[in-house]
Amino acid sequence: MKELLKVKDLVIHYQTDDGLVEALNGVSLSIGEGETLGLVGETGAGKTTLAKGIMRLIPNPPGKIKEGEIFYDGKDLLALGDIEMQDIRGGHISMIFQDPMTSLNPVMTVGDQIMEVIQKHNNISKQEAYQKAGEMLELVGIVKERANDYPHQFSGGMKQRVIIAIALACNPKLLIADEPTTALDVTIQAQVLEMINRLKKKLNTSMLLITHDLGVVAQNCDHVAIIYAGEIVEYGDLQQVFKNTQHPYTEGLFGSIPSLAANVKRLQPVEGLMPDPTDLPEGCKFHTRCKYVQDICKKNVPPLIDIGEGHLVRCVRCQKQ
Amino acid sequence: MYKYILKRLLMMIPVLLGVTFIVFFIMALSPGDPAAMILGDQASAEALEMKREELGLNDPILIRYGNYIIDMLHGDLGVSYKNSLDVWEQVWERFPNTTILAIAGILVALVIGIPTGIISAKKQYTLIDNVAMIVSLIGVAMPNFWFGLLVVIIFSLHLGWLPSQGMGEGLVPLLQSLVLPALTLGTGSAAMITRMTRSSMLEVIRQDYISTARAKGLSERIITYRHMMRNAMIPIITAVGLQFGTLLGGAMLTETVFSWPGLGRLMVDSIKSKDIPLVLGSVIFLAIMFSVVNLIVDIIYAFVDPRIKSEYKKG
Ligand SMILES: Nc1ncnc2c1ncn2[C@@H]1O[C@H](COP(=O)(O)OP(=O)(O)O)[C@@H](O)[C@H]1O
Ligand SMILES: [Mg+2]
Repeated sequence: MKELLKVKDLVIHYQTDDGLVEALNGVSLSIGEGETLGLVGETGAGKTTLAKGIMRLIPNPPGKIKEGEIFYDGKDLLALGDIEMQDIRGGHISMIFQDPMTSLNPVMTVGDQIMEVIQKHNNISKQEAYQKAGEMLELVGIVKERANDYPHQFSGGMKQRVIIAIALACNPKLLIADEPTTALDVTIQAQVLEMINRLKKKLNTSMLLITHDLGVVAQNCDHVAIIYAGEIVEYGDLQQVFKNTQHPYTEGLFGSIPSLAANVKRLQPVEGLMPDPTDLPEGCKFHTRCKYVQDICKKNVPPLIDIGEGHLVRCVRCQKQ
Repeated sequence: MYKYILKRLLMMIPVLLGVTFIVFFIMALSPGDPAAMILGDQASAEALEMKREELGLNDPILIRYGNYIIDMLHGDLGVSYKNSLDVWEQVWERFPNTTILAIAGILVALVIGIPTGIISAKKQYTLIDNVAMIVSLIGVAMPNFWFGLLVVIIFSLHLGWLPSQGMGEGLVPLLQSLVLPALTLGTGSAAMITRMTRSSMLEVIRQDYISTARAKGLSERIITYRHMMRNAMIPIITAVGLQFGTLLGGAMLTETVFSWPGLGRLMVDSIKSKDIPLVLGSVIFLAIMFSVVNLIVDIIYAFVDPRIKSEYKKG
C-alpha cells in the first residue's frame, strides 16, 4: 500500500500564562492510501493538537510546531508557503471538527458554505458550484432544496452531515475526523459513522479517525495509535493492538470496556488523572498511574520499540523480552 | 416582520409618555418664573400675574400636564414662550442641521473605529494593538468640548484652515464648516466603536467555524471579510446605532462650541430661558428619533443575522 501521510517526531507546545503546555512530544505515524488510522486517547492527550498540526492550523501564538516533519504524498508540508498550504487544505486534506453545533458559520446558508470550498479548489462557475453543493447534500442524505437554509435550522446530526459534505466536497485524499460523533446523540452516532465510512470507501479516502471509543475503532479502523500525554504508547494494526495488547494504558482502556459492541463514551478508563501537561513527570509519563510501575520507569523515558511486525509499544516490560 | 415593526412603533407610545412626564415635571418644578423671563425684570406685578394666567401657569400641575398631553396627541406642541413661534416648526427647521452633523460624526467614527478595531484584534497584544488601545482609551475619556476647543485652536486659530463657527451655506462652505464639529463629535464615538469592534472580533476569531473556514483552504482575506466580519458586525451594529442616537441628541456641547444651529443648541437655549414648550418639543422629538434609530438597528439585525430573522417571523 502506498504511503499517503507520514508524520515524524512531531513536537507541538503552547506557551500559556500557566507555563509551557507540552501537548505533543515526538509523535510519528503513517497512513496508507485508502487506509483508516484510529487515534485513541483521553481528553487532553493531544489528539486535536496533532490533527491541527497536520493541517498547520495550530493557533500561533500560543502554539508552535517545535520539531518534526509532516509528509503528504511525498511533499514536506512544513516547508510549504501559505498559499500552497491553502491548496492542500480542503482540497487534499479535509478536517471535521469536534463540535458540529459550532463548526458552521451561523450567518451563511449551508449551500454557500459548501459552495465556498468547491469554488476555492475548482475552477468552475457559481452555477456549477451550486449544483455540486446540492449533489453533496444529497450524498449525505439531505434534500438539496435545503441548501438555502441556515445552520440554526438544522439539528446536530444534520449539521454534522453538512460538515461531512463540506469536508468531502473536493474529493480529498485524506480526511481527518476529530471525534466526529462525540457531541451527537447516541442514536445518531452510529448513523453518522456509517455514513463517513461508506463515503470514504466510495471515494477511496484515507482517514485519521480520532475517538474516545474503542468500539468505533474496532468497526472502522485498519490501524490504531494509542496516545497518552502527547506520546504514542502503542501502535499497530487492529489484531495486534486488540488481540495482543501490550501497554498497561491500552490494557486499562480495554479493561473498562465490557464488550466491543457496547457504546462507551468519555469514560475514565484508568485510575488516576492525566498528568498536568505543563508539568509532565520524568521518565515514563504513564508511571504515575501504572500498576506495573518499577523504579526504572520513574527515571528513563522508554523508547517505542517494535515487538514484531510493526507492533510498537512504549514500555520497559516489552524491552526485556 | 411588519407585525414586529408595528409592535415596536406602538411600544414607543409609553416611552414618549414617560419622557414627557419626567421632563414636564422637572421643568415645572425648577426655580424661575417663565413670565418674568418673557416680560423682563421691569415688568409690574399685575402684568406678570396676567401673563401667568394667560400661559395657564396658575393651574394645578397635573391639569397642566394633562392639557399638554391632550394637545400633543392632537399634534400640537404649542408655541414658544419667548417668541410665540410654533414649537414644531422650530424643531423641524433645526432637525436637518443636527442630522447632517450626526451623520458626519458617525462616518468619522466608523472610518476610524472599524478598521482600527479589526487590525487591533488580528494583531492582539502587538505594538499596534497596544497603541490603538491606549489612544482609544484617551479618546473615550476625553471630554468632547475640550477636544472641540483644541481642534479650533489648532486648525482655525493657528493654521487658519477651517472655520470654527456656524454652518456654511452652499456645498463647499458647508463641508468646510462641518469638518471640525464632525471630527469632535466623531472621535469619542470612534474610540467606543474601536473597542467594541476589537472585542467582538476577538470573540469571533476564537470560534470553531473560523477553524472550519481555515480548513477549507480559504485565504486569510476571505476569512476576515466573509466569515469574521459578518459575525462580528452583529454587536457592532447595536453600538453604532446607539452612538448615532446619542449623537443626534447629545451634540449639545459640540453644537454650542461650534455655534452649530442644531437641535442641541436649540434645547440648551430653551432650557436657559425656561421656554418649557420648546424644551418639551425638542426632547420629544429626540426621543422619537432615538426610538426610530433603534428600530432601524433592529431591522438591520434581521438582515445580518438569520437567527434573528427567524425569531421575528415567529412572532
Ligand atoms: N490553544 C491552546 N492554548 C493553550 N493550550 C492548549 C491549546 N489547545 C490545546 N491546548 C492544551 O494542549 C493539550 C492537548 O489538547 P488537545 O490537543 O485539545 O487534546 P485532545 O484533543 O486529546 O483532548 C491540553 O492540555 C490542552 O489544554
Ligand atoms: Mg480534542
